Amino acid sequence: MLTKAEVEHVALLARLDLSDEEKERYTTQLAKILEYAKILDELDTADVSPTAHVLPLQNVFRPDRVGPHLPAEDVVGNSPDEEDGFFKVPRIF
Amino acid sequence: MNGYEAVIGLEVHVELKTDSKIFCHSSTAFGGAQNRQVCPVCLGLPGTLPVLNRQVVEYGIRVALALNCEVARFCKFDRKHYFYPDLPKNYQISQYDLPLAYDGHLDFRTDDGEQHRCRIVRVHMEEDAGKLIHRNENAKAPYALVDYNRTGVPLLEIVSGPDIRSAEAARAYLVELKTVIQYTGVSDCKMEEGSLRCDANVSVRPRGSEVLGTKTEIKNLNSFRAVHKALDYEIKRQISVYEAGGRVVQETRSWDEEKGVTVPMRSKEEADDYRYFPDPDLVPLVISQSWIDKIQQDLPELPEARRRRYRKEYGLSAYDAQVLTMFRETAEYFEECVRLYPHPKTVANWVMGDLARLLNAEQVEIGDCRVRPGQLAALLRLIDAGTISGKIAKEILEEMFASGKDPQAVVAEKDLVQITDADTLGTLVDEVLANHPGPVQDYRQGKTKALGFLVGQVMKATRGKANPALVNALLKEKLDR
Ligand SMILES: [Zn+2]
Repeated sequence: MLTKAEVEHVALLARLDLSDEEKERYTTQLAKILEYAKILDELDTADVSPTAHVLPLQNVFRPDRVGPHLPAEDVVGNSPDEEDGFFKVPRIF
Repeated sequence: MNGYEAVIGLEVHVELKTDSKIFCHSSTAFGGAQNRQVCPVCLGLPGTLPVLNRQVVEYGIRVALALNCEVARFCKFDRKHYFYPDLPKNYQISQYDLPLAYDGHLDFRTDDGEQHRCRIVRVHMEEDAGKLIHRNENAKAPYALVDYNRTGVPLLEIVSGPDIRSAEAARAYLVELKTVIQYTGVSDCKMEEGSLRCDANVSVRPRGSEVLGTKTEIKNLNSFRAVHKALDYEIKRQISVYEAGGRVVQETRSWDEEKGVTVPMRSKEEADDYRYFPDPDLVPLVISQSWIDKIQQDLPELPEARRRRYRKEYGLSAYDAQVLTMFRETAEYFEECVRLYPHPKTVANWVMGDLARLLNAEQVEIGDCRVRPGQLAALLRLIDAGTISGKIAKEILEEMFASGKDPQAVVAEKDLVQITDADTLGTLVDEVLANHPGPVQDYRQGKTKALGFLVGQVMKATRGKANPALVNALLKEKLDR
């Protein structure tokens, strides 16, 4: 069963500041989701080899060629804040 | 350090010099204006798909083979998650459990002449992150600026085994790794530009023990010197902790070049929980034996093999072999000269001596040197033929270096043909003897040092063109008479 401590851990990794009420709620909800996904465990996969990808594709390459870049105004255009063509972000530590 | 030994492993990141990034067509050029080499893929915009640059795999296999690794026949990319503004997607595309290559080794030599072998645990491909500029001028409202030009530039991560036992060996390993990678032609390996980066894991243990001590990770090692000094410091620090009865804390530390110490870094809390999973946007990579064989065939002769050959075939010293193979271009230049003028030791002396001095002074790469191997060979043949003296040859080399002219042309233009005519020189010698009775007397009274002065006077009178051996012989003959 998923614990509240695990939810707190995941929230910290995702930089989410959850209230106590949210932690309780997500613990219950996420536990239910995980429980549901467990249905997959019922499948007998003894004869199925591990797979790295769902599509039967491999070796999709592009040649080493430079293409057009995004125009300057579009690069920072959607960002909440910019300065001199840089993305401006809050202090990190 | 008595009673203790260090256990060091290095993680090296090498930037591959492809034209475009690893998963998109944005340029990898160095030093462009901020955020001008980006596209929706490397900015991590929704709805975009990464597609692997084939050249990255080609370069990766080249390095893997040069490091004696097994190349994976099947590998894939994984997402490594951490939240930091240098990473627009909040994950870095890397390789986790199925790296490109594994189980290799690198042989290298420390300055004391001892030969070492370090295992290469793995080589994997990944994308570089962006660059942050911290703005803390206003302490109340600090912020950071982000440039994503480097985001998505292809990197190889090369992880060594914990086989290195001293700071000096770590430096030597890194120098050799850089040399090998430069030979493969996939990276400039410039530590100062960040195209070669190194982190070190280090612990100490009582000598003879098989148990590993608690390790620290050292970051911010920006030069070979820094690697050496930081590890030296950290090894001593850990030993002193144990000696004082304390415990080494597992942590990441940063090298402070100015203060000459390692200091604990404020860590991203629990950041080492990277929640890797296979990247569903990228399909697996299946590498055929024929692809590997083709790359193997095209690999140049590597530095260690060349060194062995130089010692065996050319009879050069280990030191000469080491210096001449430091850069592939130097080695190729040297070999071409030897092919045209088959006296390896003489060629080695000129390449490592006068030519290297000129290249250094003018900051010219040997590949751009105006003196081509055929011209250096011709110069050396002029000395052998007695046309010019070795001393004049040095002067001619300088002129060739500056103008790119053939040695024969310089000799003719500057009237530098050696004077080997005994009559002409005999007259000059007589004049010098007549003009310097003091030294002549000194010599005759047994002060043989005076001979050097008299030789110098004759050389001066001929602007260095006199054959020194003949001048010597003539002077002695006349003085001893
Ligand atoms: Zn891009």
